[in-house]
Amino acid sequence: MSNRTLRGKVAVVGIGETTYFKHGKSPDPEFVLALRAILTACQDAGIDPRDIDGFASFSDDRNEPPRLAAALGVHELRFSNMQWAGGGGGVCAAVANAASAIVAGMAECVVVFRSLAQGQHARFGRSQPAHTISGDLALQIPYGAMTPAQRYSMKVIRYMHDHGIGSQTLRAIAMASYHHAQSNPRAVMQGRPLDEAAYDASRWIAEPHRLYDCCMENDGAAAIILVSAERAKDFSNSPAYILGAAAGGSFRSAASSANAPDFASGNFGILAPRMYAMAGISPSDVDVVQCYENFTGGVLMALAEHGFFDPAAANDFVTMRNLTAEHGALPLNTSGGHLAECYMHGMGLHVEAVRQLRGQSPNPVANAQVAVVIGGPMVTPASTLAYGSENTL
Amino acid sequence: MKAAEDFYLPEGLPIPVPEADGLSAPFQAGLREGRLILQCCGACHRFQWGPEWICHRCHSFDMRWKSVAPVGTLYSWTRIWHPTHAALQSRGPYLAVIVELAQADNVRMVGNLIGDVHQVPQIGSPVHGVFEQHETDPPYGLLHWVVP
Repeated sequence: MSNRTLRGKVAVVGIGETTYFKHGKSPDPEFVLALRAILTACQDAGIDPRDIDGFASFSDDRNEPPRLAAALGVHELRFSNMQWAGGGGGVCAAVANAASAIVAGMAECVVVFRSLAQGQHARFGRSQPAHTISGDLALQIPYGAMTPAQRYSMKVIRYMHDHGIGSQTLRAIAMASYHHAQSNPRAVMQGRPLDEAAYDASRWIAEPHRLYDCCMENDGAAAIILVSAERAKDFSNSPAYILGAAAGGSFRSAASSANAPDFASGNFGILAPRMYAMAGISPSDVDVVQCYENFTGGVLMALAEHGFFDPAAANDFVTMRNLTAEHGALPLNTSGGHLAECYMHGMGLHVEAVRQLRGQSPNPVANAQVAVVIGGPMVTPASTLAYGSENTL
Repeated sequence: MKAAEDFYLPEGLPIPVPEADGLSAPFQAGLREGRLILQCCGACHRFQWGPEWICHRCHSFDMRWKSVAPVGTLYSWTRIWHPTHAALQSRGPYLAVIVELAQADNVRMVGNLIGDVHQVPQIGSPVHGVFEQHETDPPYGLLHWVVP
């Protein structure tokens, strides 16, 4: 059993992203964005892009590895991997899949990437035009429960009701992201600070979520390069080692029409303990968290399910001060995350986690040794992953 | 011909139709007749929702359909303000809800809560169903909920 783990066996040695744009504003097509992010990550690692032999992504990324490999002149394509379903919930799963391939000897150097150009393709937060609808969607869309914001808000309302949690917690999560973005030159919302009054005055999207509780939609791409821990020592960057990961969903978590038994959850009740067990760490070992914000309510549930606080204590614990890199017990989304840096479906969260362990974050957490990335609260599969510095091995 | 105010949400949203394999056809036919018909396993006699070709409890393929009284309790809700479909642009806010049906093994259904859109829905409230018929092409029925 001790052999069957990712702990300490694979490391991120390169990170890269394109300029992040508002949705529809990229001058480049989506495939070019993917190429640029991959090349930037290779440059950061100091490797020849032709030595990549595996590609992993998620959420039906449209830029298929065979085309990428041909375009880059990759010597040999050994791993061409897509994590099924779950929207951005697969973002940590894709990294874990890549790491698994390296551990199993299926590939040597795998890039995990995500690229989005929403001018070229459709947006997520708009209903798609259709005359008729069937399947699970036919049980929801005719009632105006059409988009993720509308459907997932009902999970959050129930969760907050069950645990007596106030909406000031959601505001704190949003304000922490905006706060961190102000010192991040990559952040789309740099120069657009958010205060309590502006949050409170913002329009509702679907209660309990206001405008600032919802992720942006963006154009761009981000990528990370993974190699074995043995090889990682040869690179100039401090490796960010994968300590543990878990992906999936609880019993019938994807049951249609809101019939998941554990409906009012972020879907990490089983995954977080699995990830911690593989990583050999507990919540108190975590120095900084990058949590996928589709909506702040999902972050609230995901953090509680990761054991950072008891839901009964959420009103006291989840404050903006407590979530900031400078002062917080739980520094959260230190690049600005999806609310204020860029919504790259969670791939940018991995880049920021690695920056934290290297001491290169725009909002560095002092002596950060363990960074957790949480992918896609409320969806199935969801996924979660812990990175550690060399000191944690 | 009904007027727009006869409907909770205006027409123009996608019309629910059965899948190519017909899985949910009995449910949708029931709504057209003003009846709530849900899937129930012929082997273990438990309800299951949404519809599937197999019972998740006992793996029987003998999935049948059973009429259920449209009454339940409010499980969760959201008031939706931001219109994401062209047909909803001038509708204003509306209430989407999840209703749990104790008489059908606590299966849940997504719907709308009719009445004052600014009411504060109370989780746990009893609700009962109201059918709404649309004479479109193809025609369809919806099941809404109201706090009595």
